Amino acid sequence: MTVDRRTALKALAGVGAAAAAGSAVSVEARERRTAPPDAIGMLYDATLCIGCKTCVVACKEANGLPPDWDRDRLYDAPKDLSAVTKNIIKLYHEGDKLSYVKRQCMHCIDPGCVGACMIGALQKREHGVVTWDGDRCIGCRYCQIACPFEVPKFEWNTPIPHIVKCEMCKNRPGKPFQPACCDVCPRGAVIAGKYPDLLAEAHRRLAENPGRYEPKVYGEHDGGGTQVLYLSKAGIPFGSLGLPDLGEKPVPETAQKIQHGVYQGFIAPAVLYVILGAVIWRNRKSAAGEEAKP
Amino acid sequence: MSVHAQAVPVGGPLLTRPFKWLLAIAGLGGVLLLWRFLAGLGPVTGLNDGYAWGIWIAFDVVTGTALGCGGYAVAILVYILNKGQYHPLVRPAVLTSALGYSMAGFAIIVDVGRYWWIYRIPLRFWQWNLNSALLEVALCVMAYVIVLWLELSPAFMEKWKEEAPLPLLKSLSQTFYPIINKLMVFIVALGLLLPTMHQSSLGTVMLLAGHKLHALWNTPLIPLLFLVSVIAMGYAVVVLEGSLAAHFFHRRKETEMLGRLSGVMVGVLALFLVLRLVDLVVRGALGALFTAGWLSFFFWVETALYVAPLVMLASRERRMDGVCQFRAAVLMLLAGAVYRFNSYLVGFNPGEGFSYFPTVPEMFITFGIVALEIILYIVIVKRFPILAGAPQKA
Repeated sequence: MTVDRRTALKALAGVGAAAAAGSAVSVEARERRTAPPDAIGMLYDATLCIGCKTCVVACKEANGLPPDWDRDRLYDAPKDLSAVTKNIIKLYHEGDKLSYVKRQCMHCIDPGCVGACMIGALQKREHGVVTWDGDRCIGCRYCQIACPFEVPKFEWNTPIPHIVKCEMCKNRPGKPFQPACCDVCPRGAVIAGKYPDLLAEAHRRLAENPGRYEPKVYGEHDGGGTQVLYLSKAGIPFGSLGLPDLGEKPVPETAQKIQHGVYQGFIAPAVLYVILGAVIWRNRKSAAGEEAKP
Repeated sequence: MSVHAQAVPVGGPLLTRPFKWLLAIAGLGGVLLLWRFLAGLGPVTGLNDGYAWGIWIAFDVVTGTALGCGGYAVAILVYILNKGQYHPLVRPAVLTSALGYSMAGFAIIVDVGRYWWIYRIPLRFWQWNLNSALLEVALCVMAYVIVLWLELSPAFMEKWKEEAPLPLLKSLSQTFYPIINKLMVFIVALGLLLPTMHQSSLGTVMLLAGHKLHALWNTPLIPLLFLVSVIAMGYAVVVLEGSLAAHFFHRRKETEMLGRLSGVMVGVLALFLVLRLVDLVVRGALGALFTAGWLSFFFWVETALYVAPLVMLASRERRMDGVCQFRAAVLMLLAGAVYRFNSYLVGFNPGEGFSYFPTVPEMFITFGIVALEIILYIVIVKRFPILAGAPQKA
């Protein structure tokens, strides 16, 4: 009996250790990802944008999205990203300073949605573009919980819903992966291109005109880096544009460290299972033995 | 030590008045479900792109499976700590677990938008994203539902091997009853491993919410906190179920046994509170205890609900008092539920412009699911040997 108890306590300690390990492994480094070699992206320069919303119209056309009507059903007047709006121009203000900002998927280098998705409906596919595969999606909406930018949208008003988000116009007829928004911008406020080129261009602008900009390229490191980069007007911090301060840590990092720590090679669960089985077996035998006694 | 009171069916008529009420609530839930499956989630629920998960996840799945951990808690006690005297609690606890987890699984089917692909989650192993805590939860919960019904299956086969509605069922029961009893060690061990894995992962899931989950709940310790708190909830369910079964089905009161169980709970509650406090200190989040407005308030509600049963059960004398046990168990369940609601809904803020409160139909679908669970519980304990027999000399 005493032996059994000791074994039993050991087993319980194992349970505790496995769980505790989960919390303690954050020491172990998880390799930070970099953009894939063929990565494409966008660079949005808030100092150039005049808020004409041509890009919003072009996005709807290129992606075959219906209007998001205003109350009188006169205008396509989306207020935010939604299941019918993958790209939007918003107007933010900081005191009396105004700035437009374009919002769409950031195509993170290590995306929260991809880390969340159970069987890879959302993945970084060609050119590092995060795309959705309806053949795998069960509509659990964990991507929506995990996205720090509130990008993936769910079709709430249909029994056969899709997840809707910018996919860099991957299916644009004749021009795959040439985002329509960048094609039509009359001011060149948003441009598409290879990711390293865009990053270099952003830094070139900052260096050339330091007084014009906030001294930072948003997305270079934020949240582990994003393939869509932002420049903001001097005096208007990125937070006021709705781009959160995420630090440099990719969104999925902590959770994945824990998952990997506990489930490394599935060893901890397997060992725990064997211990549990052995203890139960032993206890059962001793119980049966005692019962057999007169 | 081997006083295994014989489990016997409660018997009696099924269609009592409360039973009919439960049927009505479940029926209403069924009609609302039809609406949900024809119209989509938007018109029926208060969910939106910011608050993508509501009470169906926070209550039915996350809290529901935690309430379904009675079987887990008792199995640790009986099979691991070798406290054979608790054996009469095993079957009722496993039954509530099996029902709780099955209903949680059902709630997931209701909640996900594209439920027709759910079967691909367990089958398409080559597409698994092993980084996803939710994948682990999904696989474990699916496996655990099967394990729980297997754990419970001897109760059904004990009856069916004597008399069954179908001859096939009778011969199957006669064949498999000895086999399943031999395999029980492996099944029970699996029944201990799986909840350890997924109840902690249910905490890990919310780590991906990142800056959207408030610092009072967003901690790398969240898997451990979920695991410790689920053990307390599991025991509380057993206490509650023992008291209620004694009251409604005139079973023997297990007050003394439950009193000793309550002693274990004191330790578990204390462990949770210490972990919680140390974590907040280490992360420098103590300030938020007072400065986060109503989030601080909810933190204090949660903490008070943890402290109260700890105080109530601290003295040995009161632990042995059936009423005190019952009250403490209710508070512990509330504590665990509030902790889960805080971690999944209250402490979650997707940003300006989003708000969530469950709609009436959404709540009634949940009520319907709970009613169905109680209906099945009543039918099974009345017809199958689950609860220990009426008072008898040991």
